[in-house]
Amino acid sequence: MTILGVEHLEKRFGGVHAVRDVSFAVAAGELVALIGPNGAGKTTCFNMLNGQLRPDAGRVLFDGRDLAGMPPRAIARLGIARTFQITQVWSSMTVRENVQTALLARHRQIFSFFVRATELHRDEADALLRDVGMEDQAERPCAVLAYGDLKRVELAIALAGAPRLLLMDEPTAGMAPRERIELMALTARLVRERGLGVLFTEHDMDVVFAHADRVLVLDRGRLIAAGTPASVRDDVKVREVYLGSGAVFA
Amino acid sequence: MEAFLANPEQALVQLLTGLAGASSLFLVASGLSIIFGVTRIVNFAHGSFYMLGAFIAYSALEHLPRTPLGFWGGVLAAALAVAAIGLVVELVLLRRIYRAPELFQLLATFGVVLVVQDIALAVWGAEDLLGPRAPGLRGAVTILGQPFPAYDLVLVFIGPAVLGLLMLLFHATRWGVLVRAATQDREMVQALGVNQAWLFTGVFALGSFLAGLGGALQVPREAASLHMDLAIIAEVFVVVVVGGLGSIPGAFLAALLIAVVHAFGIVIFPKITLALIFLVMAVVLVFRPYGLLGRPLAPQRASGDALAARGYGKSDYPGLGLAVIAALALLAFAGGDYALTVLTEILILALFAASLHFMMGPGGMASFGHAAYFGLGAYGAALLVKYWAAPMALGLLAAPLAAGFMGVVFGWFCVRLSGVYLAMLTLAFAQIVWSIAFQWVEVTGGDNGVLGVWPSEWAHAKEAYYLLALALCGASILLLRRMIFAPFGFALRAGRDSPLRAEATGIDLALVQRVAFSIAAAFAGLAGGLFAYATGSVFPTYISISRSVDALLMVLLGGVETLTGPVIGAALFVGLQEQLARATELWRLLLGLIIILLVLAFPQGIAGAAQRLVARRA
Repeated sequence: MTILGVEHLEKRFGGVHAVRDVSFAVAAGELVALIGPNGAGKTTCFNMLNGQLRPDAGRVLFDGRDLAGMPPRAIARLGIARTFQITQVWSSMTVRENVQTALLARHRQIFSFFVRATELHRDEADALLRDVGMEDQAERPCAVLAYGDLKRVELAIALAGAPRLLLMDEPTAGMAPRERIELMALTARLVRERGLGVLFTEHDMDVVFAHADRVLVLDRGRLIAAGTPASVRDDVKVREVYLGSGAVFA
Repeated sequence: MEAFLANPEQALVQLLTGLAGASSLFLVASGLSIIFGVTRIVNFAHGSFYMLGAFIAYSALEHLPRTPLGFWGGVLAAALAVAAIGLVVELVLLRRIYRAPELFQLLATFGVVLVVQDIALAVWGAEDLLGPRAPGLRGAVTILGQPFPAYDLVLVFIGPAVLGLLMLLFHATRWGVLVRAATQDREMVQALGVNQAWLFTGVFALGSFLAGLGGALQVPREAASLHMDLAIIAEVFVVVVVGGLGSIPGAFLAALLIAVVHAFGIVIFPKITLALIFLVMAVVLVFRPYGLLGRPLAPQRASGDALAARGYGKSDYPGLGLAVIAALALLAFAGGDYALTVLTEILILALFAASLHFMMGPGGMASFGHAAYFGLGAYGAALLVKYWAAPMALGLLAAPLAAGFMGVVFGWFCVRLSGVYLAMLTLAFAQIVWSIAFQWVEVTGGDNGVLGVWPSEWAHAKEAYYLLALALCGASILLLRRMIFAPFGFALRAGRDSPLRAEATGIDLALVQRVAFSIAAAFAGLAGGLFAYATGSVFPTYISISRSVDALLMVLLGGVETLTGPVIGAALFVGLQEQLARATELWRLLLGLIIILLVLAFPQGIAGAAQRLVARRA
């Protein structure tokens, strides 16, 4: 079942045609990787999907509903969660408080002035922290966490919104190889369990080919290939611009 | 007004008057803008440099020969003297605190304002001093049959001339290019091996020179007085915000706009000239949130300003708060009248500070104009008493409502911005409120204020009023604390810590911040209402910049990252002021020096430093 439909998406920044005529779809329970060299337009695509940028043309459909002109918070409430290339958590709060705050937002309890927030949704928060393997550190302030742990907290925050689509912008950037594999294995497991659709960008081809169900390849704003990891790996065009040229990717 | 429009000659003269005024404004504003661009310090003392420019020029011109050379030489010498003073301030004070949070830097520059005020008072006295007119430019020229002062005509050209020189400096010299580069990305400039310390010092001296020049040039036009410093700083903030922070052509455009609006406003709407200026600013900011030629500030990488990046602990401890309130209630029967008066003031200011802390600490929205809501509450209560002889209970109800309502209105504009822009806009709105209280004499009594705002019979006694203030302020402060620990407070902190994450999680950040702004305004209003009944009177000074800074001072003294900070800060502040005012005539000088020393010694505030000490022991 398709949950995200992207049709003829376009974005220009002055003279730079960052995204041109990009169309694809993501189904529930599917892990889709969006890859491409630096500057291919991956993050721009992401920012249009969650409402941070407004497309110049084209449509983004979530469950058949057009997201045009919606701000990020409205899109988040529909059930699209995202994690950021540079991890975004609330650093003055503890790990558990981060997840609790996200749960409060989902349950529409933000405008509550007299209850103590730390007493709300505690169990649900702890369950999410268990899912991402952060239950031991629930009481620690986020300001002191290691980078890999922050990524997992951010994932728990995203999951707290009970999303049906998860957008992950370079979820493993800056992590050690072992952490990368662990985090993506975790994500893959959660996706299967919850039937979420996931769209993620990634530079590490090992991660991509190990976990993605399908791969989309962007080059200079254009979608040049899409398909199973195997078919994309063998695609001549992809090899030319990306894989086979001997280019080195971090 | 129709007669005015039918007379284009007079309109032209009015326009020229505006342009002449724009020149000084531009000089001072460009100085502030250059300093801010590179050092990221909002220099409150910039107005003091302007005032010093005027005073020093006055003294220099008294001793110099009354020739054109003597006059222009004197003006230039005054500007250079101010540049030297700026140099010393930078070397002795600012250089040590570039890594402190930006609000502490602001506080330190306000300490300089206080010091300069008392020094100027000691050296030049309290009298306004009107300097000599410029030799050779004493008369008037006739323009389209209308007389126009020759000196003003020269001023009209000085503004663009200085703009040209500055553009030349910034585009054609190596130093100027470095300054522009540092304005865009100072870490990068540092990484390239430029000696930042001297770049900052040079920029600060240049900015001070421009402020001093602006002040010196005003000497033949208006009397030098001790009020020039804060009066000009408000206008300069407007110019800089309207033009765009860090943009010199923007400052020029904005100075023209503001001065022309002012010149025509005097003729067309003489009663609301001041409010008119700030309305222009509000309109510009609605359409161009970062000013006419401004851009959003680049985020700083070396984050020295991680204000309140820590949590607030596990609980708001309401039991402990109630116990403290009960203990304070006992003082009603122990303290004398004087002690109770001081204690009442401390309580009221503690609420005032706590309300500011609510938006500043968890909300991350610093306000330079929080006195607006204090004053709105005070006037709201006082005017009810004056015109409808309303009982105190009604007045104390109206105070937070009036302030909260204006908080909704002003907050809508302010929340669209962030950081320094937001803070400067709050100051501008406070000046609107101040100017209305000051200029709308028929209703507010202007400078004479509203008198006879006394409490109801049952609260007349000092003990009774103290207990009333304790109950209301205590409950309000506990409520504010509780809200910080409630879901709303968490959402507010979420928006401060990471706006991106908050929005992506479905939190309507703008709404949360607007509500927080209004809550802070309402509680400040309650404090203002209580203060009105405590003193029996209300004056425009309740809304002055220095009262807004008092609030900032209390919050920052106490430490913005602690919840008890505002209360401790208020007690310290009132105590300090009482002691200093009793001990010496030069209390401003001493207070200023103490502020400066505190900033140098405790960049995290006093409660913050204490907390850190405890944490280290544990």
